[in-house]
Amino acid sequence: MKKLIAVLTVLLIASALVFAGGNGESSGSGKKVVKIGVYEPASGDNGAGGKQETLGIQYANAITPTVTINGTEYEVQLVIVDNESSNDKAVTAASELVSKGVSLVLGSYGSGVSIAAADTFASAEVPAIGVTCTNPQVTLGNDWYYRICFLDPFQGTVLANYAKDTFGAKKAYALAKLGDDYSVGLCNYFIKAFEALGGQVIYETFPEGTSDFAAYVTNAKNGGCDVFYSPVSIEAAALIIEQANTQGLPMPILAGDTWDSNVVLAAAKGTNVSISVTTFFVEGSTDKQITDFVDGFKGYLASNATALTNNGGNDEIAAVTAMGFDAYYVALEALKKAGSTKGADIQKILPGVTYKGVSGDIAFDKNGDAVRNVAYVKKVDNATGKWQFVSVQSVK
Amino acid sequence: MGFLQTNLPYLLAGISTGGQYALIAIGYTMVYGILRLINFAHGDVFMCAALMVIYSASYMPLYISLPLAIVATGVLGFAIERVAYKPLRTAPRMSAMISAIGMSYLIQNLALYVTGGLTKYYPPVPFISDSIEIFGAMTKRVTIITPFVTLVLIVVLVNIIKYTKIGIAMRAVSRDFETAQLMGVKINSVISATFVIGSLLAAIGSTLFFSNYTGVTPTVGGMPGLKAFVAAVFGGIGSIPGAVIGAFIIGICENIIKGLGWTTFSDAFTFVLLIVVLMFMPTGLFGEKATDKV
Repeated sequence: MKKLIAVLTVLLIASALVFAGGNGESSGSGKKVVKIGVYEPASGDNGAGGKQETLGIQYANAITPTVTINGTEYEVQLVIVDNESSNDKAVTAASELVSKGVSLVLGSYGSGVSIAAADTFASAEVPAIGVTCTNPQVTLGNDWYYRICFLDPFQGTVLANYAKDTFGAKKAYALAKLGDDYSVGLCNYFIKAFEALGGQVIYETFPEGTSDFAAYVTNAKNGGCDVFYSPVSIEAAALIIEQANTQGLPMPILAGDTWDSNVVLAAAKGTNVSISVTTFFVEGSTDKQITDFVDGFKGYLASNATALTNNGGNDEIAAVTAMGFDAYYVALEALKKAGSTKGADIQKILPGVTYKGVSGDIAFDKNGDAVRNVAYVKKVDNATGKWQFVSVQSVK
Repeated sequence: MGFLQTNLPYLLAGISTGGQYALIAIGYTMVYGILRLINFAHGDVFMCAALMVIYSASYMPLYISLPLAIVATGVLGFAIERVAYKPLRTAPRMSAMISAIGMSYLIQNLALYVTGGLTKYYPPVPFISDSIEIFGAMTKRVTIITPFVTLVLIVVLVNIIKYTKIGIAMRAVSRDFETAQLMGVKINSVISATFVIGSLLAAIGSTLFFSNYTGVTPTVGGMPGLKAFVAAVFGGIGSIPGAVIGAFIIGICENIIKGLGWTTFSDAFTFVLLIVVLMFMPTGLFGEKATDKV
């Protein structure tokens, strides 16, 4: 008898969970609701970056909470899940979004989790717009995944050119995380481009859960390298910077868009480590749309303590936040143009959606990738702990 | 000189990680010696110690918060034993082991909740976090200090076990649980003391570890914990000198392997070692010979 009751209770709870996400068309206020899934990491290796990207989406949602589709005003509801930066937990998070009936999905930060979830979204016919997942495999052969950022072959080549042009580097040390699609991919493209430019590369990888980077920094020093290229997660970034500082690493560190984070700034402040990154967005433009975004977002952070904590405790704007902000408006454009909240309708019109965002013009090519041909290079100012704009770099 | 300058950093890093693994490994090996239980939550106690320092250091000066966190970790070890293992004392050994795994996940998830999933950074401890130069190799002072701290603590520990009343009781309990109980040894307080000592050492190990590698995440205890466990098995689980020697061997080999350029295999080495030891020397370097029943 006891067992029967236990089994029934479990079934009851399970069914409650299953049906909870059922119909999402109307909310308590009587207004129609359209749900946008936010598929981002809030914990794990990429937690800090994912939170900043989510902030951009949340801020955009706070200033534009409604959208008019076919003459009807819809309230936009964000459904936020945590994919834990982990490829094996990602699918569960993606299924949760699908079962909650989202019309389309934004995210994720980190290519690995996006690749892992791509099939889930495709088979449920929910289109996804990648915000800062830069690995080519995210959209390749998948008609349901689009993205608004540049790609790793481009980014890796830009960084190789930058290493050669700015630092006159002949030998580079490249460090990736074992089994991580993002950093391994970026390293491969960098190596290809750098060797084509006549350089030499020492390539090494570290296993998951490494916190001791002493040996890697020593390897780079002993190898006589001119640049230290490590487009890894921010968690590892902070430890690498710390170790580079301890050992007095005599070469500049280069990294990709991930490192455009307050965590990196905080770790590099007051040290002698030179760090340059490529990124999507730079503060300090005089364009009205951008200044509105910058001022507005800083005001939003000042009025919201949780948001400020998620931004790393200060009001530096990370590029991923600007990208999240743009992604939200691209999603609204798509909804308007489709005139429907059905995933299949949105997917049909997505290739033709264009939008002028704070990070530049956004349009999709035939793979569903963004058409972008420049990246911004920023450098850490070690004294103030802020980013310094260096140059706009394109591929030669 | 050039050779020394190139290779010394690996050796230094190896000795210091070895020392840190040793301090964690002792916790595994002591608990195993007495309860025949692998305390899987031990790596997470190590992580909690670091989090406590981080959170308390924002309210009080470091010279108060460090000892406080170390004591609090001892209390945590005591609490874990009382909550998760004591009720299962008469249950099959497997139940206690499952309970240990559950405890480990519980602590990790609590930490995830408290930290919000973001990496926290260990405050720089004055003196030991400073950079220094030895024979042209740059490192943190903690790297040099670690092996000495480890050795001093181990000498103290061995003396406690040899000469104090609680130490004699511990040895008696590990030799024969039931007989010791019949002789009037207060089993529960002996076991609690074991957990407290193990946790204190893990807390000190965590201070040394995170002064060097400053990022603390909820799962950061996993890898060092596992490696310390391998060290304990390698040295012969239940034996304190064995655990220490095992830990130093693993720490040094790992860094030498990285220095040779096989960075990808540095972790694989540790676990291959575990398999090899279990295959050819199931009782480890200094373990008791397997005389008892299966």
